[in-house]
Amino acid sequence: MAAAQLLPILLGIAWLIPLASFVAILFFGPRMGGHGKGAAAVATSAIGASLFLSLIALVSWTLAGHPVRSGHHDGDHAAVHASDAGQSPGVFRPVAYRSPANNDAAGDASSHSGDHGESSAPIAYSGDWYTLYSGGALRLSIGWYIDSITVLMFVVVTFIATCIHVYAAGYMHDELHDVTDSEVQLNEGGSFCRAGRFHRFFQALSLFCFSMLGIVIAGNLAMVFIFWELVGICSWFLIGFYFERHSASTAANKAFIVNRVGDFGMLIGLMALWGGLGTLHFGDSVNPSTGETQSGLFELVRPAKGHYVQQVPDGMVAFSAADQIGKIAAAQPTASELHREVASALPEWREQGYGKWLLFVAGIGIFCGCVGKSAQVPLFVWLPDAMEGPTPVSALVHSATMVAAGVYLVGRFFPVLTPDVLLVIAYTGGLTLFIAATIAVTATDIKRVLAYSTVSQLGYMMLALGVGGWVAGLFHLITHAFFKSLLFLCSGSVIHACHTNDMRKMGGLLKVMPYTGWTMLIGCLAIIGAGVPFVVGFSGYYSKDAILAQALLFSRTNPQHSILYVAVAGGAFITAFYMFRLWFMTFAGSPRDEHVFKHAHESPRVMTAPLVALAIFAVVAGWTLPGGLGVKGLLEQSRPAGTAYTTTTMGILGNITVPAEHESHAGAIHVTATLTAFATALAGVLLAAVMYFKPLISPVAVAHAARPIYTFLVHRWYVDELYHAVFVLPTLWVARFISAIDTQVIDRFIHSLAWIAKRIASIDAWFDRVVVDGIVNLAGRATWKAGLELKRMQTGSLRQYVMFIVVGTVAIFVLATLLFRTSFAG
Amino acid sequence: MIFALLGVASVSHYLVVGAILFSCGVVCMAVKRNALGVLMGIELVLNGANLNFVAFGSNYLAADGRSPLGLDGEVVALFVILLAAAEAAVALAITLNFYNNHATVDVDRADDLHG
Repeated sequence: MAAAQLLPILLGIAWLIPLASFVAILFFGPRMGGHGKGAAAVATSAIGASLFLSLIALVSWTLAGHPVRSGHHDGDHAAVHASDAGQSPGVFRPVAYRSPANNDAAGDASSHSGDHGESSAPIAYSGDWYTLYSGGALRLSIGWYIDSITVLMFVVVTFIATCIHVYAAGYMHDELHDVTDSEVQLNEGGSFCRAGRFHRFFQALSLFCFSMLGIVIAGNLAMVFIFWELVGICSWFLIGFYFERHSASTAANKAFIVNRVGDFGMLIGLMALWGGLGTLHFGDSVNPSTGETQSGLFELVRPAKGHYVQQVPDGMVAFSAADQIGKIAAAQPTASELHREVASALPEWREQGYGKWLLFVAGIGIFCGCVGKSAQVPLFVWLPDAMEGPTPVSALVHSATMVAAGVYLVGRFFPVLTPDVLLVIAYTGGLTLFIAATIAVTATDIKRVLAYSTVSQLGYMMLALGVGGWVAGLFHLITHAFFKSLLFLCSGSVIHACHTNDMRKMGGLLKVMPYTGWTMLIGCLAIIGAGVPFVVGFSGYYSKDAILAQALLFSRTNPQHSILYVAVAGGAFITAFYMFRLWFMTFAGSPRDEHVFKHAHESPRVMTAPLVALAIFAVVAGWTLPGGLGVKGLLEQSRPAGTAYTTTTMGILGNITVPAEHESHAGAIHVTATLTAFATALAGVLLAAVMYFKPLISPVAVAHAARPIYTFLVHRWYVDELYHAVFVLPTLWVARFISAIDTQVIDRFIHSLAWIAKRIASIDAWFDRVVVDGIVNLAGRATWKAGLELKRMQTGSLRQYVMFIVVGTVAIFVLATLLFRTSFAG
Repeated sequence: MIFALLGVASVSHYLVVGAILFSCGVVCMAVKRNALGVLMGIELVLNGANLNFVAFGSNYLAADGRSPLGLDGEVVALFVILLAAAEAAVALAITLNFYNNHATVDVDRADDLHG
């Protein structure tokens, strides 16, 4: 079967199996095995089956022989340039999207566009399974858009999820029985005891996997949005797993509400896209009711006949130029004339800049959703709090997959993003990576360090995408998924052993927890991008190098934005420092707390096996096998059409050049970037070593010397306090005000209505009691009285009865005689 | 006036005698305290009524000097006598029972059914 038919079936089934598992556990969970232990087996085998199908999909994708398009591997620059249709580095490819002031470049565009005649769209399969709603121009459907990122993400998500399911079966063991939660404060004192929720945990994990895979396979933005929200609700379930703890329920609500803020922007983006283009599909789609082929977003923004050069789509131009169309329509032309005139005027309007704001808003809107989900500045505050959930959740949801959804969507949506939007993304990512990295330096909760590290790494990915490093960003997304889930599972293992999150109570654990310790060291080395320069390295070495190189290239071509490179390089240094600070504090040196150390033990096999599996991938995920087989090569296959070239634009945010990614492999850039990465990482590790391994410098003394900075960082840049003051408190004021209106005005009004009704009712009751009942009772009483009186006549005296008869008879005769005199007379 | 009445015997004379008998019976029923006396009063009432039947059944009332069947009044009177005998038997049984229970036949004492 051809890949076009096979892949949607394979991935579709892989996507739906976790849903089946969710439904099964939902209905039969508590009855599965002892206390629901079977739920873990069901969920794990479901996600394992998905992994199996995803691997088959990956193999069939590879075997289908998709051309490896301009591999850009180190050392084959000559081949790269030859295959790029004679495009020499440094010739900037202008896009049609520009301000009128740059008209001379327009000629440039037309002269160069011919050079790229053979540039082709990457292979991607798209289609619809089911149409949810169809009305007017709006068509919402459940469909697929499958290219190499989809397949790769399926493999990564299902693989990590499988590891974490296995791990969670061990980690969540306590939930099999009644749980006494010592962190819940009861008013009456004493400890809080509740039933175990083992099956509930796996139920939510299954739903989460289904939702995440739904985002990955989605063929249109509406479907992305549906599963986006499903992922959000799963996250809410899982963060609030220990919902009796106040901190957990608050964290769950915080995550949900902060994400809503981002999703609001996303909705605006969706409206801008639909309003301007009338479709939300990524690829071209066939309308089942009319049979017409409808262009997708990618085709509209980068039309094939325009050689995939980004332009403002006709729909958006016409949408924005409504006043111009109105002028033409004022002359009352026929419909076909109007259509022709508008069509002929569209290029001119596009030159004048109509619609560029709409495209900008669409891109920024979609990015807003990603900011929320991927915890970027300013919406990153929810992710560290989300560590209230069980550690497997932190590993799966809040480091490897769900937060990756935002980066994935930016990557998926990349062809539609204008250079202005990309610049915004780059700056957001840069700011995020720097802020989060600095906060991680002072954090003492082992999971919070990793949480801020996640935020920081997500910033790296966003920055990479923003500076045009499409492959670099998504490459880092995949390698990060492996080593960050590894790090989280290691931290979970440590917490499981020590029963505390506080690193200040750990130390020297390597002796008692060798598996955890060494695998965590691999994770740390991977995240800092350790490796022998130009030879071999951990997975992070390749992806981080790619990001650094692209950022450096961007800074060279746009000197006004050099700060981005500084952020990346500085971030690399800080990352190395705090990661090894974490490792040294936890595993090296001597125990700080004898009590904790004495009770620490290596975790069971079911927990260490996933660690080893993930550690292997944390090492090798970045490698490229002979023949170009590797994550990077696979990603390159699906590089969006038209993004392989340098683009220059005079956009809304000034003159921006987005450099071609393959140019970052040029020696001058690549060598500098690699050496910088190596040097910064080494410096970070050395600094951590002298502070925490061989304490030549006392951390306390440093903290004391730089007290204002230290306090600032310990309070996490006062962001939470700021939000509390700016958003939460005013919201609470408004809420209190409205609550006061409710109690003082509305309730009083209702109460007075109730009072009136009560009065009326009491009058009614009185009438009923006195008048109606009175009449009825009177009749009864009168009958009763009459009976009592008449009773006396029944004397029982025979003679009296005879007298009555006689007198009665005589009386009747007398009366008859008197009344009927005439008849007797007659 | 007596003599006028005695002149020619007619139906009216029989009716007067019947009425007197009836009235005597009623008065006897009303004033006698002895249950046997009351029974006797009843016999008088019945006989008064019988006399009326016989009188109305006589040939005096027939238009052509013949009654339609000739013996209608007498037959009804015989029925009444028969019934009176049955009634007397029942009534005497009741009275005897009453006497057994109350050791008296005073009807004023027989007020157990008063209201």
